[in-house]
Formats: sequence, structure tokens, C-alpha cells
Amino acid sequence: MNALHTAAMPDQPRARTAWHTATIVEKLAETPHAVRLTLAAPTWPGSEPGTHLDVRLTAPDGYQASRSYSVASSTPAGNVVLAIDELPDGEVSPFLVQDARPGDQLEIHGPLGSYFTWLPGRSDRPVQLIAGGSGVVPLYAIALAHDAAGDPAHLQLLYSVRTPAEVFFADELAALTGPTFGLDLVYTREAPHDWPDPIGRLTRETLAARTIPASQRPHIYVCGSTGFVETITPWLVDLGHSATDVLTERFGGL
Amino acid sequence: MPRHLDGNALAGVLSEVFTADVTAARARCGNCGNTAPVAEAMVYPDAPGLVARCVRCNHVLAVVVEAGDRLVLSLAGLDTLELRAPRA
Repeated sequence: MNALHTAAMPDQPRARTAWHTATIVEKLAETPHAVRLTLAAPTWPGSEPGTHLDVRLTAPDGYQASRSYSVASSTPAGNVVLAIDELPDGEVSPFLVQDARPGDQLEIHGPLGSYFTWLPGRSDRPVQLIAGGSGVVPLYAIALAHDAAGDPAHLQLLYSVRTPAEVFFADELAALTGPTFGLDLVYTREAPHDWPDPIGRLTRETLAARTIPASQRPHIYVCGSTGFVETITPWLVDLGHSATDVLTERFGGL
Repeated sequence: MPRHLDGNALAGVLSEVFTADVTAARARCGNCGNTAPVAEAMVYPDAPGLVARCVRCNHVLAVVVEAGDRLVLSLAGLDTLELRAPRA
């Protein structure tokens, strides 16, 4: 092996970012406030798990608004799945959640970002994913890709969510659990009947108890609101994780 | 304090300027010298355009403004930007 190429897997050329026209082929209720959109985008090159894209809407008067959404799919080129939470004061999400219909066309720009990504075969260290609310979307894409590749590294997802009805990809995440993927849910407002754990915000104690310990040197991905990410990240460093092992992505109605 | 996101939010607009993704590049702050991936900068979206600030000293690293068919990018607060060589 060439000394300059020490990664376990040969590097693939990264898909170039471009604008694509996408057609909504399916729209499903994901949670009471969110939809799952499946898009057909014939020129979409596929994307690495963890990446996002921009959706641009153009009003009849020419006014344009664009917002970033994580890609929820680990799917072949030409196909994109998004899960979009409605922000009541948003410019783009109310249209996508309330008004968009199968057959509608959207402009999408991507794939975007090579920082908050995970690729199979890159490392044999375990991976801890930590999601707050709809921040689970890129982490779900990582879990899907991990499963599809049969990657042997252990993956663990700690998912903080308000209520059972607001769990994104609930059935899919449950189906992914197994020897190399573990799922821990923390409910902050309401839990299923007989839920054994306390209901409330994720605490430092729960974080310590439900995540892979620093001694195993996990790669850590944290995605959620700015407040969530900035609460969790210092705790991880206090628990002994190296700050360089903690990758973060904040969202919030940009 | 105004809300902020992070440098991941710059990926779309900067892809209009650079051929490679810049959010994974390491940026050195022109004020304090802190070196970190662009994705880890604090990005304030409520100014006209996007303002990226150093996570350590709050110095303005970069400003991107899109106005009609123009895009104005200031990198005056950045000392260096280190990108991985493009993969073949």
C-alpha cells in the first residue's frame, strides 16, 4: 500500500456539489409536526452519510428562500429522503410540511459538507451518535449506511426526544438494533406507559451511563439545536473524550 | 446574545466559491491563532449574510453576503485555510 494512503478503504471521489431538480414522489407524516419526503432527482450523485443539502423555493414574484436539511437516506444516486420538522415561523418548512404534494418539483443543492460525515471501513473504533429532536436525521443516515455496509464497528445512538410520537424513523431505528447497533431513548416530556427511566432533559449522569466510555475512544457525533449541542459537548470532554473526537452539527431555522 | 449555528451552515454558499468543501478545512484565526475546522466556527445567520466567528475568541473570521446575483465573501479575519488535497 502506498504510504500516503493509509485509510482502510480506498478513497472514493467525492460527489461534486451542484443544483439538481427533484420531484416529490412520496410524502408521509413522520411525526405530528414533521413529514418524510422521498425525492426523485435523476442527476443526484448520492451522498455520504451525515451530509446535508439546501432546498430552494422560488415564489411567483421571484422571491427565493433556501434552507438546509440533512439527508436521511443512504440510498443510491437519484433518490433522496428528507425528514422535515415544521418551524412555525419558518420560510421553507411550513411549505414543505403543509403544502408540498407528490409531483411538485424542488431545487436542491448538494451534497454539502464533508465534516459531519461517517464512512464505513474508515476506523474500527466504536461510534457514539447523540441526537436531540430532529437532529437524529443525519445520524439515522449514518446508522443506515453502517447497517448496509455490515460495518463491524459498534454504533450506539442516544436519542433525546420530547414524546414517543415525536421519534423520527421509530420503526426503522428499532429494526436496525442488533449486535452492532444499540438505541437508547431519553424522553424529555412524555414517555410510553411503564417507561422505566425518569422523564426529563438529558442529564450529565444519563449521558455518562448511556454512552460509550472514553476508555473505548469512540468517534462521537452530536446533532441537535444549538442549546443541546452546547450543553452536551462540554460534558463529553469532562467525561474524558478528546474534543477532536467530538463532531458537532447545530440546526435551528437558519 | 443572538443565536448562532456553526460552520456546517456555510457549506452551501461556500460551494459556490470553492471547488472543494471548505467546512472540513482547518482555519487559523487571524486574532488568536486558534486552529479548528471551519465547521466548528460559530455562524450567526441573522446579520445580513452569514458571519463566522472564532469559537475561542469570537473574532470575525469570515462574512458571506448574497445580494441578488452578487456574492461578497470576506476572509479578512482568517490567517490560513488548510484544505486536504483533492482526492483523485
